[in-house]
Amino acid sequence: MNHSVQITVNGESSQHDVEPRMLLCHLLRDSMGLTGTNIGCDTSQCGSCTVMLDGKAVKSCTVLAVQADGCEVTTIEGLAGGDGLHPMQQAFWDNHGLQCGFCTPGMIITAVEILNRKPDASEGEIRHGLEGNICRCTGYENIVKSVVAAGSRASD
Amino acid sequence: MFPASFDYHSASSVAEAIEMLQKLPDAQLVAGGHSLIPAMKLRAAQPANVVDIARIPGLDGIERDGDDLVIGALATHAAVADSAAVQGACPGLAEAAAAIGDIQVRNRGTIGGSLAHADPGADYPATMLAFGAEITAVGPGGERTVAAADFFVDLFQTVLDEADVITSVRIPAAAGTAYLKHPHPASSYAVVGAAARIAVSGGEVTACALGIGGVAGKAVLADAAASALIGGAASDERIAAASARIGEALDEPLGDLYASGAFRVHLAGVYGKRALQIAATRAAG
Ligand SMILES: Cc1cc2nc3c(=O)[nH]c(=O)nc-3n(C[C@H](O)[C@H](O)[C@H](O)COP(=O)(O)OP(=O)(O)OC[C@H]3O[C@@H](n4cnc5c(N)ncnc54)[C@H](O)[C@@H]3O)c2cc1C
Ligand code: FES
Ligand code: FES
Repeated sequence: MNHSVQITVNGESSQHDVEPRMLLCHLLRDSMGLTGTNIGCDTSQCGSCTVMLDGKAVKSCTVLAVQADGCEVTTIEGLAGGDGLHPMQQAFWDNHGLQCGFCTPGMIITAVEILNRKPDASEGEIRHGLEGNICRCTGYENIVKSVVAAGSRASD
Repeated sequence: MFPASFDYHSASSVAEAIEMLQKLPDAQLVAGGHSLIPAMKLRAAQPANVVDIARIPGLDGIERDGDDLVIGALATHAAVADSAAVQGACPGLAEAAAAIGDIQVRNRGTIGGSLAHADPGADYPATMLAFGAEITAVGPGGERTVAAADFFVDLFQTVLDEADVITSVRIPAAAGTAYLKHPHPASSYAVVGAAARIAVSGGEVTACALGIGGVAGKAVLADAAASALIGGAASDERIAAASARIGEALDEPLGDLYASGAFRVHLAGVYGKRALQIAATRAAG
């Protein structure tokens, strides 16, 4: 039996008729056209599908759309909250924090979570915090550099 | 990957969840979904009905109750790891929660789900044994409380009946606790996890327990090692001598491509010793 799901994505509320087995990542990508959220491994490992669910970073391939009923979701498309780039996106741009860009939306959402939890996170804490996000290209150096640059330690 | 089709039901109370589990054929609870959904996507689990308990109010509390910590079944790993009450009352438990998976997993996964799932590579079971936890569940026959030592039966098996819902976990506060793990480099589950609890009085160890996860089908207590430490100083020499006996509790180690049974037993000795050392330092205050 289908369920009606009301969800606020990037500030806009909408209603969807979904099968219980529909995953949040598919609701976002297929029903709402928000393809910035990537599906990499589809087995909860790589973090490329990471979005904010009620303000917390989660892997949207491991959340049912029905579990997100009544929740607020922020995807990479809505992170900046308007035109222009979010400071974390700008930091990735400035520090060449991506190559192919596939992992980047998930990396950026997780990076925002790391600094939300601890604005002055150290480089080590940032590396540790990114353990659920896999990048096949960069070797992580410039990703970590980007997040460090976006954190409050960078201005010390 | 989609799970096989199922019907979804959101319970608004524990009583309603129990009723649904009894009434609906082939029904399974979902809390954080971070063990169940991956299994459903792989079609290793194909429940016909899924009962969501995540919206039941009041099941996610973390409170100090006298000499105990009481943690609601729906408390996420992140909430336990970040809780000042847990860090203060039982630092080893906060360490175990922080060692689970990654930030995203910790934001969803719950303590009740982890205990009910009883994965041999899970981090909480060893701490529950070593720290003397009690697990409370409610079922059709009412509420019951089970000591952790009686709760885990085997690989993915507990004493819970099909319509039981874990509601909370009670853990005695203990400053002298520590948890250390050797994470699998890809999955992050514990290849070996060691949870140590030590109490010291007048320079002597008066109580000690050591739980080892990841090695056998279920977490076990290394009783011979723990008793060997009681009744003398928590010196490095005595901890080393006691740790040499950890393997006695691990006669049926599991092995896989990453770590053979023998290697896991070896790691249990290494991590068990280090966890005891940290717990001893904390117990000494
Ligand atoms: C990528 C990844 C890495 C992980 N790494 C680790 C790790 O390093 N260490 C570790 O310990 N775990 C790890 N996990 C597992 C994670 O901790 C899970 O969250 C946990 O095992 C299950 O909790 P849950 O709330 O998600 O349960 P669910 O998946 O919702 O449920 C699991 C099982 O428990 C039952 N259940 C749930 N709640 C209750 C309840 N209150 N009463 C009775 N039965 C219940 C369900 O019916 C189901 O059978 C990892 C998971 C993933 C996806
Ligand atoms: S696609 Fe979700 S974690 Fe890889
Ligand atoms: S930039 Fe290519 S996967 Fe990270």
